[in-house]
Amino acid sequence: MELKHQLPAKAEVLKTSRVKFYKKEILRNKYVYLMLLPVILYYLIFHYGPMYGLLMAFQKTYSPVKGILAGTWIGFDNFKMFFESYYFWRLIKNTLILSFFSIVLGFPAPIILALLLNEVRVKWFKSTVQTVSYLPHFISVVVVVGMLKSFSALDGGLFNVFRSLFALEPVMFLAEKDMFRPLYILSNIWQGAGWGSIIFLAALAGIDSQLYEAAKIDGAGRWKQLLHITIPGIMPTVVVLLILRLGAVMNADFQKILLMQTAPTYETSDVISTFVYRSGILEGNYTYSTAIGLFNGVINFGLLILANTISRKLNSSSLW
Amino acid sequence: MKRSTGEHIFDAVNVVLLCGVIAISFYPMLYIFNSSVSDPDQMLRSRSFMLLPEGFQLEAYKHVFQNPKIFSGYMNTLFYVVVGTAVNLLMTSFAAYGLSRADLFGRKLLMKLITFTMFFGGGMIPTFLLIQNLGMVNSRWAILIPGAISTFYFLIMKTNFESIPDSLIESAKLDGANDFTILFHIVLPLSKAILAVMTLYYAVDHWNDYVAPMLYLRNQDLYPIQIVLRDILISSSTEAMGGGVDTGFAIGENIKYATIIVSTLPIVLVYPFIQKYFVQGALIGAVKQ
Repeated sequence: MELKHQLPAKAEVLKTSRVKFYKKEILRNKYVYLMLLPVILYYLIFHYGPMYGLLMAFQKTYSPVKGILAGTWIGFDNFKMFFESYYFWRLIKNTLILSFFSIVLGFPAPIILALLLNEVRVKWFKSTVQTVSYLPHFISVVVVVGMLKSFSALDGGLFNVFRSLFALEPVMFLAEKDMFRPLYILSNIWQGAGWGSIIFLAALAGIDSQLYEAAKIDGAGRWKQLLHITIPGIMPTVVVLLILRLGAVMNADFQKILLMQTAPTYETSDVISTFVYRSGILEGNYTYSTAIGLFNGVINFGLLILANTISRKLNSSSLW
Repeated sequence: MKRSTGEHIFDAVNVVLLCGVIAISFYPMLYIFNSSVSDPDQMLRSRSFMLLPEGFQLEAYKHVFQNPKIFSGYMNTLFYVVVGTAVNLLMTSFAAYGLSRADLFGRKLLMKLITFTMFFGGGMIPTFLLIQNLGMVNSRWAILIPGAISTFYFLIMKTNFESIPDSLIESAKLDGANDFTILFHIVLPLSKAILAVMTLYYAVDHWNDYVAPMLYLRNQDLYPIQIVLRDILISSSTEAMGGGVDTGFAIGENIKYATIIVSTLPIVLVYPFIQKYFVQGALIGAVKQ
C-alpha cells in the first residue's frame, strides 16, 4: 500500500522539477530561442514540410483542396509503375553513365592541373594560370549552355568551323544524341577544373618541404619526387573527395542537363531529375513523379551512408 | 641551384601544357567577344576562328542595351541578390549563433534535425506544391524565402563562431548585454572574414539561380537576368531578344554573343579583385568536409 502511494508522488516531484528545469533553461536563454525561432520554423516548413509531402508517393492522385491525407492510398503502385516503365532503365543508365564519365575524366582533371601548377617556379606565371583557369567557374550555367549552343550553330559556329578543317559536314551538336555526353562532360571539365584545383593546391602546400630536400640529397629528380613524395602527399585529400563524389553517383547536374537537353537527345540525356521535372511540373503527374524522386532520394541517401562509412574506416574522416 | 637537362625539359613541357590550359580557358571567351563586335555577313563568309574580329559593328550591343527585358532582368537580379543575401546572412547568423551556444538546451537534437536535411529532402514536386500552397508562386517571396539558409554555409559559420572565446560572451552577459547585442556587436564584428566569404557565396548563388525562378515565377516583370538569358540564348526567343524587333538571322547571332558579354563581363571584371575571398571560401568549405 505504502509503495503505491509513494511511487506516483515521487514521479510527480520529478515531473515538476523537470518542468521547472526546462522553464529555467528556456528563460535563461530566451533571446537565443527567440533567434532560433525563425530558423526552426524555416527548417520545419521548407525542409520537413516537403518530406511530409512525400506521402503523396503512395497515393493515386494529389488534390490541392483536400490535402495529402485525404487521398486514396495505393501503396507502392507508383513505384511498380516506374520500375516497369520503358523509361526506368534508360534513366538509370543515363544517370550512371554521366556520373561514371564525370568521375573517370572529370575527377583527375583538377588534380593534374594542381600538380602541373605546383611544379611552376615562376610566381607570376603560376598566378596568371590560376586566375585564368578559375575564370570559367564564374560564368553561369545558363551562359555556358548558351555558349555551347552558339558554338554548335550550323552556320559558322565554332565547333563546325573546327569540323570544316577536316572537311566534315556541319552538325547540330546539341541535337545529336551521341554528342550529348562528351559535350556535357567536357564543358564541365572546362568550367570546373581550375576551381577544383584550389583544394589540391592547398594539400600540396601542406607537404613537408624537408621531404623534398631529403629526396634531392638522395639524388631523386623532379619526376621521382613527384611519384614518391607529391602524389602520396595529396592521396588522403584525393581519397576523401573521391569517396564523397562516389556518394553522389545518382546525382546528375539537373540545372545543366535541363538546359542542354533537346527532345532528340532524350535517349542519352534524360536523367531521373529531368524526368521528374517534365512528368511532374510540366505534365502534372504529381504523385507518380514524387515516387520517382523519393526512389532517387533513398538510393542517394543509402550511397552517402555507405561512402561515409568507407571514408570513416579508411581515413577516419567523415561527414558526421 | 644548377639544373640538369632533364629538369629543363620537365619545365618546358610543363609551361607548354599550362599555356594550353590558359588558351583553352580563355579562348571561348575571346571568341565570343570578337564575334559580338564582328560584322555578321563577313563573319558568316569567313568562318574563321575569330582570333580577331571580322569587320566591326556595335549594332548588336545597341540592341542589347535597348532591350527592356535585359534591363529589368538586371534590376530584378540586383534585388534578389541584395535582399536575398541580406535575408541569408541574417538567418544564417541567427542559426549559427544560437546553435554555437554550447549550453543551449535541445541543441543536439536541433543539430541532428538540421544536418539530416542536407542528405535527405522531399524533392522537387513536394517542394513545388508546398510553395504553391503557401501562395508564394509568382511572387518575389518564392525566390527569397525557401532558400533562406544553406545548411552547408550555416555549418561553416557555426564552426567559425565556436572559435570565439566563451569568456568574451560571458563577460558581455555580465555587463547586461542580451544575445542580440552580443551577436551584432561582438560576434559578427569578430567574424568579418567569414562574413565576407558568406556574402560572396550567397550573392553568387542568387546571381546564378535560375531553377527557382523557372519553377515559381510566371510574371515576366519578376524574371531575373538568368531567365532572360535562357530565353535569349537557349530558347532563341526573338521576342526576348529585342522586343519584337526584326533583327534578321545573322545579327540575331551577334545579339546572342553581345548578350553573353554584357551579362558576364561585370563579374569577370570584378572577379580578380575578390578572388582571394573566393579561394578562402573554397578552402574553408573543403577543410570542414
